[in-house]
Amino acid sequence: MILADAASILPLELKNVSLHTGQKRLIKDISCTLEAEDITVIIGPNGAGKSLLLRLCHGLLTPTSGSITWHGAAGRKPSLFQAMVFQRPVMLRRSVRANIDFALSLRKVPRHLRHDLIEEALQRAGLNRFAKTPALVLSFGEQQRLALARSWALRPQVLFLDEPTASIDPAATHVIEEVILAMQKEGTKIIMCTHDLGQARRLANEIMFIHRGRILEKSNAGTFFDGPKNDLAEAFLRGELLWWHRRELTPP
Amino acid sequence: MKTRFLRMMTFAPWFMLSLTTVWLSSAARAETPFIIVASTSSTENSGLFDYLLPKFQHSSGIYVRVLSVGTGQAVRLAQNGDADILFVHHKPSEERFVSEGFGVERFDVMYNEFVLVGPALDPAAIGGQAEAPAALKAVAQAAAPFVSRGDGSGTHKRELSLWQAAGIDVSKITGGWYRETGSGMGATLNIAAAMEAYTLADSATWLNFHNRRGLKIMLRGDPLLFNQYGVILVNKAKHTHIKSALGQHFIDWLLSATGQSAINSFTIEGERAFTANAPSDIVIPDKK
Amino acid sequence: MTDFGAAISTAFSLVVYLDRDLSEVVLLSLKVSIIAVIIASIIGLPIGAALALYRFPGRTLFIVIVNAFMGLPPVVIGLVVYLLLSRAGPFGVFGLLFTPTAMIIAQVLLITPLIAALARQVMETLWLEYEEQLRSLGTTPLRALGALLWDGRYSLMTAVLAGFGRAIAEVGAVMIVGGNIDHVTRVMTTSIALEISKGNLALALGLGIILVVLSVLVNGLVFFLRGNNRQSVAP
Repeated sequence: MILADAASILPLELKNVSLHTGQKRLIKDISCTLEAEDITVIIGPNGAGKSLLLRLCHGLLTPTSGSITWHGAAGRKPSLFQAMVFQRPVMLRRSVRANIDFALSLRKVPRHLRHDLIEEALQRAGLNRFAKTPALVLSFGEQQRLALARSWALRPQVLFLDEPTASIDPAATHVIEEVILAMQKEGTKIIMCTHDLGQARRLANEIMFIHRGRILEKSNAGTFFDGPKNDLAEAFLRGELLWWHRRELTPP
Repeated sequence: MKTRFLRMMTFAPWFMLSLTTVWLSSAARAETPFIIVASTSSTENSGLFDYLLPKFQHSSGIYVRVLSVGTGQAVRLAQNGDADILFVHHKPSEERFVSEGFGVERFDVMYNEFVLVGPALDPAAIGGQAEAPAALKAVAQAAAPFVSRGDGSGTHKRELSLWQAAGIDVSKITGGWYRETGSGMGATLNIAAAMEAYTLADSATWLNFHNRRGLKIMLRGDPLLFNQYGVILVNKAKHTHIKSALGQHFIDWLLSATGQSAINSFTIEGERAFTANAPSDIVIPDKK
Repeated sequence: MTDFGAAISTAFSLVVYLDRDLSEVVLLSLKVSIIAVIIASIIGLPIGAALALYRFPGRTLFIVIVNAFMGLPPVVIGLVVYLLLSRAGPFGVFGLLFTPTAMIIAQVLLITPLIAALARQVMETLWLEYEEQLRSLGTTPLRALGALLWDGRYSLMTAVLAGFGRAIAEVGAVMIVGGNIDHVTRVMTTSIALEISKGNLALALGLGIILVVLSVLVNGLVFFLRGNNRQSVAP
């Protein structure tokens, strides 16, 4: 049974991590350390590599070079203590409850414990009345809440979120942000990326600014939003740096 | 999902039950003794076996399973031991079958004839002639369409011998007015009817053929058109699983007075299709 | 055109009077093809899913061969099975030739590639959608296979129905390995072939109509079983 109570697999250290596909260098020599207890929000323009970075940390992609180490793992499989919510929720063609049950069974949670976990997760995400509904009948926002509920039921130590509210209306976004905050309070480390600067301001303790595969700035959220040190980051906050780069601003 | 699962579960037992019933009923039939007879399409298509075999099955309790294929294929099946009895109408093949040790002994059973059929318009003017080779010569001279079995069957071999007697080498002209279908009698007749062509057919298949479309019998009665059927028991020495006792029982019945008169009494639209001609000096041991 | 009219009335009277020979032949056709499609699905669906999910050396070649075998000529399969089951052949001792079992074997060989190839396509599309999330949740290859087979069951059902259609419609293989023996191995398609060879075209066409109606009924039944239980907004 995987609980956040077990010894934490954090901190996560990336050392000189690079990702190449063919000719293109997508992630260039990233090094950083992520500690527990913060909500780390990764921001940056389109194509900067935010999603790739999340996937590398979660283990869905293997870096071409460099190392990704969970220093607290101590021989355990780090993936068992993580969960991820994607931009588009992926649900099986079965009921809401069955979807969560499936995830729990993959993590080898004993049957007699699953019922309560599922109930609680549905409760927290406000989805109880949908328990028997086919998951794919739910609206997009409701499915994303379900994805979050599913992650909650797994009690992960680390939760990755890849632009979870990118295509969701403000009301559902609010619910999802509440759930994220609640999970963090219960001890889950949150690592997410977002386009929504307002969301970043609301949720983040720590900000990582990524541009063209590099970390240009990593600092406390308050400090960052008051005045980022990196000029590209500053341009980004002003809404000037979207998905193209201006030659003269490109770092060496 | 649960309700659908339940619905499938209620359906499944009925399904399994019906499958099992069907299987059991056919399995039950498999309990009764049977033999496999490799025969030609002429005996099947004419309806002879539909008429004859129930009589045998009734008196002996032995079920006869008939494979109706071309003569060549029938001989092959018997050689491989996939049939217990060979019942075809090409004496040279049958005698070779016995001499090569695959068959025990060959017996005449019945005969009928081959007929030359053709379109009502009769472009080669062979209607009513007496000699088959001469008629074929006329067909060749008129370059009238002629459809051949072309499949190495007994009928085909007979047809080739007729062309040979007429002094014509059909291998040189095939593809023009001479067309080889490589098919069975029924398929060949269908094609001849559609093409309004001449063809050689055995009389039994012809009598029971219902897609004539204007084809008529042009020539019959030439001794060269005599069509003899023979029956042979496959040799147990070559294939130990052959049901010799049951097979012999069938042959005995065919050659007996009962079997022979049954063959003679088989008619298609009032016309006798086969004439029994087993040698009368065969001694049939007394069977119940 | 008179043939068509005669065909329909022949078909009608055969069915209405529950012609015994007809019902025997229909039941045998269904029995052989249904059993064949069940066996072929048990073999072919997991193969198709595995081809979609797993990477292994020679995978591409395997996929090409499976796809190519969708077009195997039934008559060739019939010949091969005959050679295998003949008394003169390797498996002759079982005495399976000219029995419904031989026909089932031939049809299984015929439709397994079809079901596997179609299943692979369905599974590949599903896997594209599910792969990241399932790997994130920590699935094993086997559990992924099971989840995908279950989730894709409606699309896979179409693959199975395609296999059934091919099986019940073919005549070349069952003619050779079954022998079209009256009351034993005569099915709808071989009956039709026989009646054509006897020149009974109206009867043959009538039987053909019945066969088509049968196929429609089977497909309809499957859709009925799918039922009103819609799993998603999309069909």
